[in-house]
Amino acid sequence: MRRRDLALTVIVVLIIWQIAALLVQRPILPAPLEVGRVLVEELQDDLIGHFMVSLWRVIASTALAIALAAPAGLILGQSKRMNNIFSPLIYLAYPIPKVVFVPIVLLFFGLGDAPKIVIIFMILFFQILVLVRDQAASLRPELVQSVRSLGAGRRALFRFVYLPASLPAILTALRQSVGTAVAVLYIAELYATQRGLGYYIYLNGSTLLNYPAMYAGIVAMSLLGLGLYFSVDWLEHRLCLWQSQS
Amino acid sequence: MIEIESIAYAHPQGGLIFEDYSWKTGSHEAWAVLGPSGCGKTTLLYLLAGLRFPSRGKILINQQPLNRPRPHTGLILQDYGLLPWSTVRQNAELGIRIRNFYGPDGKHTPEDFRPDLDVAPWLDRLGLASIADKYPGQISGGQRQRAAIARTLALKPDLLLMDEPFSSLDAPTRESLQTLTLELQAEQGLTLVIVTHAIEEAAVMGRKILILRQPPNRQAAVVENPGANRPDYRLSTEYLALCRELRSMLDQPDHLAVAPAGLSQ
Repeated sequence: MRRRDLALTVIVVLIIWQIAALLVQRPILPAPLEVGRVLVEELQDDLIGHFMVSLWRVIASTALAIALAAPAGLILGQSKRMNNIFSPLIYLAYPIPKVVFVPIVLLFFGLGDAPKIVIIFMILFFQILVLVRDQAASLRPELVQSVRSLGAGRRALFRFVYLPASLPAILTALRQSVGTAVAVLYIAELYATQRGLGYYIYLNGSTLLNYPAMYAGIVAMSLLGLGLYFSVDWLEHRLCLWQSQS
Repeated sequence: MIEIESIAYAHPQGGLIFEDYSWKTGSHEAWAVLGPSGCGKTTLLYLLAGLRFPSRGKILINQQPLNRPRPHTGLILQDYGLLPWSTVRQNAELGIRIRNFYGPDGKHTPEDFRPDLDVAPWLDRLGLASIADKYPGQISGGQRQRAAIARTLALKPDLLLMDEPFSSLDAPTRESLQTLTLELQAEQGLTLVIVTHAIEEAAVMGRKILILRQPPNRQAAVVENPGANRPDYRLSTEYLALCRELRSMLDQPDHLAVAPAGLSQ
């Protein structure tokens, strides 16, 4: 995909939005220029704070999910016995939409950042776990044996084989689930918090009835999702050069 | 160099592969191990590599009992074992990187190991310099196998074990790599053990040929092949006669095998 095509698409979407705003002529659909102006204004005010809070929640939960799911996936992928024990649990837990746990997580973790981080963590954890496990299990035993024959023990195998092998799986998992993570963040931020983009959007849309600000919040949340997606894309290009060149 | 003394080995699934089996090689010899699939050739190689262990008897390499993979043994497998995420150069450096990672501990790395990441001479010798920055997925099967050889030789082994290393290559590539391997074996003074199911390959590569048959293997059957290092050997009548002899030996069930001329047990 070329950058020019992306830029063109953005322009087309903005034009359609502008036309729709002109046709609808109601406060619930402000024109993109108006929203852009409010976005800049609000960013200088308190929107940037909400943005940073949401960003922090996503980053913290992602880091936590990678830190726990990647080693667990590697262990399950290498050990048939462990996988046999845990795979029924993963099989059951993987397809459950984690967003339904929001009320329970809120009850247990209360106010603040913790419940939001936990809920996104739950989504990313299973995704990373399953992909890293499958990646580690698909490593051919011949590859492992030939690296062992070069003198590699457990630590070197982890460093030179399992870790680099799981990297694409982690990035694929992030790419697949970063959108869901931001969506669930929105839901989670509707409850029991006064910080975050979800709260900001809801407050402006339903309480203050400040629609341009609500739209600015929605744009900010979209930018958050897009930014994360692009970052994963960029990392994949940088770190997994061999996949794009093979 | 290699001394196998009365070993027994059974597959985890139960099949007995070796029973009271002994075999011996000298240093700097080129050996081919020939046999049909399921005869235990690969198992023998894994035993020599220290990746499997006999349930009875012992294996000595350079008079040292083998309890773990030995830093001075190189192993090359059929599917190359290259890391797909590393370039040819990085793959060639892998063994040295692993040694640097551990430091000279005498266990993973020889105690006299001096860190040196320069694999350029090996890339040159194996004709890989121009593709050093390519990934394994971008190069041919023959080039991948050259990279695997470079990686192994960069560790300066004294024993090189190869498991059907050329069987997935086309005939011209296979022949050129066979020749190259024999050149390197002579150049570096290696003891070479190459496992193959192809009679022609065994006849070209092995100055001595060890025959394995349907398991359990009890006695080492060895065929001498002194002509193997002659450049025109592939075209000689001696070579064709040896191939016929090896074929007939493989066709015979173990208990009917009679020793043909040149066979010592």
